[in-house]
Amino acid sequence: MATLTKIDEEKLIQEQGYNDHFHDHHHGDKYKSNFITTYIFSMDHKIIAKQFLITGMFWAIIGAGMSIIFRLQLGFPEEDYSWLRYLLGKWIVLDEAGVGSLSQEFYYALVTMHGTILVFFVLTAGLSGTFSNLLIPLQVGARDMASPLLNMMSYWFFFMAGLVMFISLFVSTGPFSGGWTAYPPLSALPQASSGSGAGMTLWLVSLVLFVVSVLLGGINYVTTVLNLRTKGMSMWRMPLTIWAFLITAIIGILSFPVLVSGFLLLILDRSLGTSFYLSEIFIGGQALDHVGGSPVLYQHLFWFLGHPEVYIIILPAMGIVSEVLSVHARKPIFGYKAMVLSILAIAFLSFIVWAHHMFMSGVNPFISNFFVLFTLIIAVPSAVKVFNWIATLYGGNIRFNSPMLFAIGFVSMFISGGLTGIFLGNSTIDIQMHDTYFVVAHFHIVMGIAAFFGMFAGIYHWFPKMYSRFMNDTLGKIHFWGTLIGAYAIFWPMHYLGIAGVPRRYYSFDTFDTFRHFGTMNQFITVAAIVVFALQLLFVVNFFYSIWKGKKVTTQNPWGATTLEWTTPITPGHGNWPGNIPAVQRWAYDYGKDGREFISQIEPLAEGEKEH
Amino acid sequence: MSQNNTLLKQRINPQMFGLYLGLASVLMMFAALTSAYMVRQAAGNWLEFRLPVQFFYSTAVIIISSVILHMAVRNYSQGKFGIYRILLLLSAALGLGFVILQYAGWLEMELIGVYLTGNPSGSFVYIISGLHAIHVLGGLTALFISVLVAFMASSKVTIKRKHRLKLLLHYWHFVGALWIYLLLFLILQN
Repeated sequence: MATLTKIDEEKLIQEQGYNDHFHDHHHGDKYKSNFITTYIFSMDHKIIAKQFLITGMFWAIIGAGMSIIFRLQLGFPEEDYSWLRYLLGKWIVLDEAGVGSLSQEFYYALVTMHGTILVFFVLTAGLSGTFSNLLIPLQVGARDMASPLLNMMSYWFFFMAGLVMFISLFVSTGPFSGGWTAYPPLSALPQASSGSGAGMTLWLVSLVLFVVSVLLGGINYVTTVLNLRTKGMSMWRMPLTIWAFLITAIIGILSFPVLVSGFLLLILDRSLGTSFYLSEIFIGGQALDHVGGSPVLYQHLFWFLGHPEVYIIILPAMGIVSEVLSVHARKPIFGYKAMVLSILAIAFLSFIVWAHHMFMSGVNPFISNFFVLFTLIIAVPSAVKVFNWIATLYGGNIRFNSPMLFAIGFVSMFISGGLTGIFLGNSTIDIQMHDTYFVVAHFHIVMGIAAFFGMFAGIYHWFPKMYSRFMNDTLGKIHFWGTLIGAYAIFWPMHYLGIAGVPRRYYSFDTFDTFRHFGTMNQFITVAAIVVFALQLLFVVNFFYSIWKGKKVTTQNPWGATTLEWTTPITPGHGNWPGNIPAVQRWAYDYGKDGREFISQIEPLAEGEKEH
Repeated sequence: MSQNNTLLKQRINPQMFGLYLGLASVLMMFAALTSAYMVRQAAGNWLEFRLPVQFFYSTAVIIISSVILHMAVRNYSQGKFGIYRILLLLSAALGLGFVILQYAGWLEMELIGVYLTGNPSGSFVYIISGLHAIHVLGGLTALFISVLVAFMASSKVTIKRKHRLKLLLHYWHFVGALWIYLLLFLILQN
């Protein structure tokens, strides 16, 4: 071998793949020595992906369950909820007639926890954690992440963050109850409300642990994508999933530390008596010592993470949808480079629009103008992506299976929710819309439901890779149609509530004559929410049933996809490829080329064939 | 197998690259604090005070420590173990000196009546220098471990040890440069 010339060597790699001597020494396999190291403290990216997914599902059920409880109170305030005492104990208050209702403090705590859990634990860790872990090594052609150890730690920091947050649900003063954004002074003064005490302390501890998890994961994702790609996998040959995960991780690395800084100052204000965010406050008739702080400072620091965070949530979903749409439309993704450039543009813009969350916080109106401008410019790359998805579908040989339906549903949700973003991005309209149900409707559709649809598309699509079985497609379709219609039924009416000025986060609207006639609309929303929640439980049943009883995958590449994960065995072992790592010969979207349905990325270009 | 060699020719070592990403996130943390400083300062009600002179001594100390560590790593690569051990120890001692000087600086601030809990202008200096000192302490821990390794392990130049020293060196240069930025920032803002 030593006498081979460089050209021979290249040719050999092209034909046979890359021998990195991964399988040469098998003694003491550090990945799979016993049950604990295989399934619990695993360093294998595929197991860690499943851990993120299942933990995310656990939190999704808790977070969504909370929304059902507060929706009951909003939709049917007159009903007797004393039966919920078995679950919520003292947080159900009985009046003199023995009629139980949700306590007002706990209502706000539930709203706060719903937001925190869904944004961070489900749609950040559960979505990006799952699919970055599963797909990055498989799709770039790596044996595992750059650092499997840090990767494992990333999951366990997330787990600890979840544990601390879970404990906070059970403290006697209740979990934090000041909104998921945790604005001071409510969050900075333990005596401000019952949830601002121990609940808030645990909230902060939990989220700092969570940031550690995100950073460990993110550093790993970026390093793996940039350093461990297989031979031939140039950046412009990467699937859009990988582009999305890469940029998501970079946004996380740059924005989460800013949140930590904001939290650090908040912790000092809470416990050491500094005055970063507090000034001239009277509480319970007492004047506090704090002088000279500014609560708006916290908002700047929070939203400098908070806005990029929504792209941390939506970009992985966009990447997954691009991939799923292309595979199941049997067409190359339309405008691949434009898609990548749009991701980059969105990522860049996400850092310079944070103050659009603060139009009503006393930000200088002249400065607001810049933020309005940049916010509206985000519509351009977003629209490019939407047009490209639709163009990908156009004339495609579409398979209407569950992953594809959810991917199409994503596009629908992203358009509906994106359009209302243009309303809210204008500071003048925001004066009316701010903190109303219009905002609730907007962000739930554009980053809540849409991100969930992206996640579902990914789960249905890559389930065969994760568990070597299919999920039940009929149940998947019921899940899709029910969720699509149900989600619109929940959030569409909220736009009207918002335009009429109904404020979000309020416990009850009884005392406002203006809002009283929305009672039936609130009932409708609540019923729809319960139906949609039940359908998600159906999904969970389908998921776990299919792990053990689903239809078995019998071929290596069941969807006829081009990307590298489908060149691994049906159940990929540790190291992903049993032999050499395949070398990549072409981009990821050769569908319907030269009269062939699809051409795998590992197939060399034919004589005279042009790369896309 | 000659096939293997092409894979080893990586663009950059993944661990070094990971370190840089980590440093980027540390940098963002301080960027956030210094911009918060500016925003808060612009709002008025801001106490002006002179930075403690110890901060300037400590700056000199951390620069010298960085230079010495650089020389230590070079001597290791050249196999000059005697000088390498002494320089490494010296660099670690100076690193410790930096933290002690920072602490002296905080005592000095207290002496002139600038407390952690007073006007935010003082609190910011404590927080920024304190958070930086924590990062120095992290590096110092690694530095002292490498001193132990230097004196206890065999006198061999291995790729692995060289690589670890390089990681440490880059981190140490980073926290040094970060302090220079922070000090310049605090001087120029006042």
